[in-house]
Amino acid sequence: MSRQASRFDTKKVNAEFLTLTYGALVTQMLRDFENIEDVNKQLERIGYNMGMRLIEDFLARTSAPRCLEMRETADRIQQAFRIYLNVQPTISNWSASSDEFSLVFETNPLTEFVELPTDLTNLRYSSILSGCIRGALEMVQLDVQCWFAQDQLKGDNVTELRIKFVRRLEDAIPAGED
Amino acid sequence: MSEDILFDFLHSEIVNYCLNNNNKENDFSSLEYIGFNTGYRLIERLTRDVPRFKDELETMKFICTDFWTLIYKKQVDNLRTNNHGMYVVQDRAFRFLTRISTGTKQLEYAPKFVFFTCGLVRGALTNLGINSTVTAEVQTIPACKFHIEINRN
Repeated sequence: MSRQASRFDTKKVNAEFLTLTYGALVTQMLRDFENIEDVNKQLERIGYNMGMRLIEDFLARTSAPRCLEMRETADRIQQAFRIYLNVQPTISNWSASSDEFSLVFETNPLTEFVELPTDLTNLRYSSILSGCIRGALEMVQLDVQCWFAQDQLKGDNVTELRIKFVRRLEDAIPAGED
Repeated sequence: MSEDILFDFLHSEIVNYCLNNNNKENDFSSLEYIGFNTGYRLIERLTRDVPRFKDELETMKFICTDFWTLIYKKQVDNLRTNNHGMYVVQDRAFRFLTRISTGTKQLEYAPKFVFFTCGLVRGALTNLGINSTVTAEVQTIPACKFHIEINRN
């Protein structure tokens, strides 16, 4: 068996498989919803759900300690991208108060083989990434905003994901309990 | 490998999305179609440098060895055929079912996790020029049997 299996570059094929599956999902959503805003919302929600579960894997895998400030958080997110998507985004454009930064992607593995038709310019194809980051950070009690400042699919040179710290979530008694 | 878990999560979210949307609880068609779309495109990338298959059986063998290993990290355990266009592919530890506890209790949920693969196989075969119908059967978790029926004419 191993003789035949080595015919492929497993790592590359895995990434392509993920990309194509994601593409098929987006296609299906565009079919299901008339409104592109709804598709963006659904993609973001799926990312959010995945992020919530992914953070557990990440913490178990890296045994990373708690981040004390956003700069550490940024490094961790960068590391997570390296582990899961095999890309290394650059961290840049820190705001003066260090609560806002950008992740700049030279290549975005999710958008390989993808071209946006002109009538879909409102589609945020990679919304799943921002959802993922938001979901994962919420599980470590960080409330953030996350959006695309630039997107290669829309003709920009790089894809830029902007992340803004909103607040630290406090431990609270669950609703309905005394 | 690390991207595996990413795909497992994506797959379960896709299942969630397809079945919880618009009360389509027993409608697996969009789930199957997402698989079909993926398989159709993936096989094009995979077979780029592979010599042309001689016949149908060789194509099926390719699906059961190379294709399966790449996606499910193992070969199928058994491939049977009646030589009249029916193939049964058996996998005794199907990747999407291995995280579900064994026993009959969860059996009713099993179909959710196999329809994507039905589509995937159908899509792959379609792009290799074989028109087929793929169904799955789960009797005990995590084993799964896929029935592939070739539609001639």
